[in-house]
Amino acid sequence: MIEKTVAELSAALRARKISSVELTQTFLDRIARFNESLNAFITVCEESALVEAEAADAARVSGDDRPLLGIPLAHKDIFCSRGVLTSCGSKMLHNFIAPYDARVVELFKEAGTVMLGKTNMDEFAMGSSNETSHYGPVRNPWDNRRVPGGSSGGSAAAVAADLCAMATGTDTGGSIRQPAAFCGITGFKPSYGRVSRWGMIAFASSLDQAGPLCKSAEDAALMMNVMAGLDDKDSTSIDRPVPDYSAHLGDSLKGLKIGIPRQHFAEGLSADVEQSIRDGLKQFESLGARIMDIDLPNNHLSVSAYYVVAPAEASANLSRYDGVRYGYRCDNPVDLEDMYKRSRSEGFGDEVKRRILVGTYALSAGYYDAYYRKAQKIRRLIKQDFSRAFQDVDVIIGPTSPHKAFELGAKSDPVAMYLEDIYTIAVNLAGLPAISIPAGLANSLPVGMHIVGQDFDEARVLNVAHQFQLATNWHRHKPSLQSGEA
Amino acid sequence: MDWETVIGLEVHVQLSTQSKLFSGTSTRFGAEPNSQANIYDLAMPGTLPVLNKTALKMAVRFGLAVDAEIGRRSVFDRKNYFYPDLPKGYQVSQLDYPIVGKGSLSITLDDGAEKLIGITRAHMEEDAGKSLHEDFHGRSGIDLNRAGTPLLEIVSEPDLRNAREAVAYLKKLHAIVRYLDISDAIMAQGSMRCDANVSIRPRGQQEFGTRTEIKNINSFRFVERAINHEVERQKDLLEDGGKVVQETRLYDSDKDETRSMRSKEVANDYRYFPEPDLLPVEIEESFVEAVRAELPELPDEKKARFMSELGLSEYDAGVLVSSRDMAEYFEKVVALCGDAKLAANWVSGDLQALLKRLDLEITDAPIQADRLGALIARIKDKTISGKIAKSVFDTLLEDDSPVDNIIESQGLKQVTDSGAIEKLVDDVIAANPEQVQQVKDGKEQVLGYLVGQAMKLSQGKANPGQVNEMLREKIK
Repeated sequence: MIEKTVAELSAALRARKISSVELTQTFLDRIARFNESLNAFITVCEESALVEAEAADAARVSGDDRPLLGIPLAHKDIFCSRGVLTSCGSKMLHNFIAPYDARVVELFKEAGTVMLGKTNMDEFAMGSSNETSHYGPVRNPWDNRRVPGGSSGGSAAAVAADLCAMATGTDTGGSIRQPAAFCGITGFKPSYGRVSRWGMIAFASSLDQAGPLCKSAEDAALMMNVMAGLDDKDSTSIDRPVPDYSAHLGDSLKGLKIGIPRQHFAEGLSADVEQSIRDGLKQFESLGARIMDIDLPNNHLSVSAYYVVAPAEASANLSRYDGVRYGYRCDNPVDLEDMYKRSRSEGFGDEVKRRILVGTYALSAGYYDAYYRKAQKIRRLIKQDFSRAFQDVDVIIGPTSPHKAFELGAKSDPVAMYLEDIYTIAVNLAGLPAISIPAGLANSLPVGMHIVGQDFDEARVLNVAHQFQLATNWHRHKPSLQSGEA
Repeated sequence: MDWETVIGLEVHVQLSTQSKLFSGTSTRFGAEPNSQANIYDLAMPGTLPVLNKTALKMAVRFGLAVDAEIGRRSVFDRKNYFYPDLPKGYQVSQLDYPIVGKGSLSITLDDGAEKLIGITRAHMEEDAGKSLHEDFHGRSGIDLNRAGTPLLEIVSEPDLRNAREAVAYLKKLHAIVRYLDISDAIMAQGSMRCDANVSIRPRGQQEFGTRTEIKNINSFRFVERAINHEVERQKDLLEDGGKVVQETRLYDSDKDETRSMRSKEVANDYRYFPEPDLLPVEIEESFVEAVRAELPELPDEKKARFMSELGLSEYDAGVLVSSRDMAEYFEKVVALCGDAKLAANWVSGDLQALLKRLDLEITDAPIQADRLGALIARIKDKTISGKIAKSVFDTLLEDDSPVDNIIESQGLKQVTDSGAIEKLVDDVIAANPEQVQQVKDGKEQVLGYLVGQAMKLSQGKANPGQVNEMLREKIK
């Protein structure tokens, strides 16, 4: 039961083959058994989860039949959840009990889901390996010595290890898709503005977007049906009709035009990852799609531009953590300046501090034009690259990450770590929807395939991914877990 | 040396919206500390701003009132600095694309001439909270009630040439925002704040001298004093061979001096960049036109109308329109009494003197416009004389019964009954045979004495015209 997709669990709950309480308890038991070694959860909400599950079962009895009623999920610890620790993976917020629910959390509550807990993450979502968390690194369920990817590493590992049926994550430069790829699950980043950012702790406001981490594209569609939509509390959320994302999953791919960016199959891509993706493309051809090469000529600038824009925004977004109103405050400050300096030096980890410094520098008088303004210009060029490509193709497919999951500590050089997101970052800069789905195993480690769609063409991306998953079994592969050992 | 003063003002006006610029919290003044700060105002993680449309509309109203270009695409920026009463660690403001561009307003100089003062720009921004350093047992308290209150920062061109002009500009700005109903603009409460950039240069020199910025000026009177003081300070410095340092200076009204606050050279680098949580504000032509259609009559237009339609002098009209409340009061009085000149004399004369004596604003006038209007109406219809009216005016302060009742009950009604007047005249003639003879002998001026006697006898109530006429007839 535990390994089933949300769609399957939903059917089982509807058919009363299992209750939400039973299901919730099963997941809680698994968390108790495996979380110590995986470190996927920062907070487990055992009591409230069972209360919510009981409520869901009661609602079911009184005729409530909503698709996600009673489904246990986990939220990335970046989403504010009322009355529950919301740490964002940081010592700075180690004592922050959120006084309100993020819109995403609220929507899942309204959908009748059960919150099992809050998942581990890179501190303030800054990282690609989940090694920057104040709560320690998350382990990849496929191999305990390896990272799960980041920053939504806890959510990805929890889904892969069947510690929850589904999870939420956020993606600023690849933070949903890369851990999904490393953990062999499905991770979807919607178009910028599609899901409300209210209550989602900001890293880089113009890039951050919430999305699902789950076991299939079909599940991602179910989650998107809950998450997507205009929110008047988020001025950047978009007022566009929200389609039923499940409705078009079954559409045929005959005649689908798939673009393959030359730049994504170039130097730096590991051979085994490339092989899996090429095999996947053949699969699409057999489903009736047409494959053509495309160019994204400015793709090589995306990482540089991103590491100006994102830290610049972050440097301001993280200014509020000053020890004055909430969160970490240093002991015995002698004056205001001392309180600021020590609270922030002690409360933030190295990667966060590095990015605050980089961002502050990029915005400084005399450097703004050379860095921030230029990065924004590159951002427009990258967007244009995609617009041009989408005149000829319906979706763009490539690898999610140049490598499979790497070992803990393997990327000690920050720039090497940043390059892990070379295929995903451009998508955030352009604000497009994209999914990562399992497309193979190489040496018993998952490989993720990246499918990028046009602005607000989420339904198409999910349809393409779902058709692949109907034809293949990669998303059904499971890691074999060892309990209790790190 | 003959120095010329150059002044530019930066005026912050608190927009009188019900709620804050980016959150739904109330902006009411004087509430318990931190009772008006919601999760956004407290900068809780994950919270986001939503622009208050009313504030936007008010800013556009102002722009149209000073003939300014309206920014069709205005952008909010983050101004970064750390301070405990700035919860987000940045202030959301507007740098490159303000909502209001170049405009102008005209001021009246001491010699009665008009001068056009350029407005460089006006932009929306959020206010900070307040740090309270007293009453906390050696610690500092923070009150975030004010944090996020919408401000309009109005920047003038360096067109002002002396402190009197600066005050005239500030008063005109005050009048305009009050007419527009977009701010209480009470300097003492901080809902209107003024910083002055002051420099001097030898008369005839083209380039500006080094300027200083004076902060913390919280009344019209202090604006004049602070600038004059600063000009003298700069003159002394330069004439002694010294140099003016570009810096921010704080005005201390107790000591009537400015003193250095911080040097601009070590000023913060605010690292402005576009606020990514807010999309650029795109303004449609139709929106601007709708706001324009709702604009009230502004001081200059009203003054012109008072002169052309009501026949007031330029001076009277200027005084009456200088504040929206006074103009409204005056117009109510005119509507009731039907005599604009009489109304103008009373409002700018007796009423102003009374308010000055009691130190009251016209909005708190102890005699309401409808009562003053009723009083003047009785002068106009000759029920009472102007002189009697002044005593009724004083009575109105203590007695809130209707004007006509007071006139009636105190028997102040002018006597116009010819029988009664005849009796008065007869009594006066009988009592003053000598003077009557003088009049008969052609000493015209003695008639005035007899009229006076009759008025005295009537306790001022007799109609002096009628008395005069009847005396002439009887003595002839």
